[in-house]
Amino acid sequence: MPHIVKSFDAELAKLDEGLARMGGLAESQLAAAIEALDARDSEQAAAVMRADAKVDDGEHFINEQTVKVLALRAPVADDLRTVVTSLKVAGEIERIADLAANAAKRSLVLNQLPPVAPMRSLIRLGRLALALVREVMDAYLGRDAERALSLRERDQELDDVYSALFREILTYMMEDPRTITSCSHLMFIAKNLERIGDHATNIAELGFYRVTGRMVTEGRTKKDVSAYIGADLPE
Amino acid sequence: MGMPDAKMTARRLSVHYGDKRALHEVDLDVAANEVTALIGPSGCGKSTFLRCLNRMNDTIDGARVSGEVILDGEPLYGPSGIDPVLLRARVGMVFQRPNPFPKSIYDNVAFGPRLHGLVSEADALDALVRTSLERAGLWSEVKDRLHERGTGLSGGQQQRLCIARAIAVEPELILMDEPCSALDPIATARIEELIDELRQTYTIVIVTHSMQQAARVSQTTAFFHLGRIVEVGATEQVFTAPASELTQGYITGRFG
Repeated sequence: MPHIVKSFDAELAKLDEGLARMGGLAESQLAAAIEALDARDSEQAAAVMRADAKVDDGEHFINEQTVKVLALRAPVADDLRTVVTSLKVAGEIERIADLAANAAKRSLVLNQLPPVAPMRSLIRLGRLALALVREVMDAYLGRDAERALSLRERDQELDDVYSALFREILTYMMEDPRTITSCSHLMFIAKNLERIGDHATNIAELGFYRVTGRMVTEGRTKKDVSAYIGADLPE
Repeated sequence: MGMPDAKMTARRLSVHYGDKRALHEVDLDVAANEVTALIGPSGCGKSTFLRCLNRMNDTIDGARVSGEVILDGEPLYGPSGIDPVLLRARVGMVFQRPNPFPKSIYDNVAFGPRLHGLVSEADALDALVRTSLERAGLWSEVKDRLHERGTGLSGGQQQRLCIARAIAVEPELILMDEPCSALDPIATARIEELIDELRQTYTIVIVTHSMQQAARVSQTTAFFHLGRIVEVGATEQVFTAPASELTQGYITGRFG
């Protein structure tokens, strides 16, 4: 149902439009960063790094628009939840784009060194992260609470791939210490991609809250076991 | 049923004005030492409901009240109902427009205690007038002109005088019908601060058209629509995540 005051609807619509733009930008940044890694394309990687500023601009727009709506409209109920979640989702998207830009930056170093085999698993992890980001943004903007909730569990796939990749990289370095420089960068990129999954999960939870007014409280089955790898700790 | 600490309870409360039913079987518990806000579009029955809580509808021709209202276990209506005069000493009322009597500030506040014979000594009456004005946050502004007319005060001061007059008879409950609608934002803020202090001692039910005021002053909010209560809940819950689509539509400005 629209608001009696039509300009209020227009102000609220700007938030979703801004997030859709930001989300689209972050997705293409991540896709381009993965492509740059896969194709060892330093030019594309540099383009990703330059374009990160656009996502930051998008976040500033949402921040300003949020403060404006809070001050001038004093929103309540679902309107209030839309405003508050917009502010937080913008922060999450900014982080996702930032992590993608960092992956692109590290690819510049990797491109100067001989290729290493775990790159293939890394690309797979990147594509999983990208698919998740796309889906959570669709669920958020489509106000689909059920889908948002189901996507929370999808982060587990990323964590599993990440943990396996972590072991793979360790093994690779032990076998051939000359790959340590490349593999260390690979490790950081992998961690970035795994973090992107966490930010996507946060967006899913915010999408659920926005629609239902309920915070997701029950914990996810979180199994990123990489923190224990190499030690004699119970997993 | 009913909350253990309910000060006042309405059950299946209906009001007809002639053939028109203004209130349909409303159930509500008013918790002690809380502010309960009644919100809803014009004509939704919230003021009619408020007026039932101290039998003000009795004086309206053709008004018929059915169902029950219980104040601390005592029924307001029916053969064993509380005498309306005594009831109004226990349940005070503050109206939309400040309505001080055309008497001195002192006599306005002393009116109720004199009527009900609450004090016999002049000193005791002086003390009661002072305490009531202090509690209403007005004492420091009027202490040097207690014998000037109450109608000469500013709107906000007049409203606080009416609150002082209401609390001078030591009521248990105070009903407020849009008490700030005729006041500027500063006078409104003073009344809201006062409401917050008064609830330590009294139980308050307030009708307001300002969503923000309901959100600021109350702990419980009840949303009325077409003579029924659609939703009642903790104010924070109602304004962040209301249970009913109708409540959400009203408080966010989509209908009403």
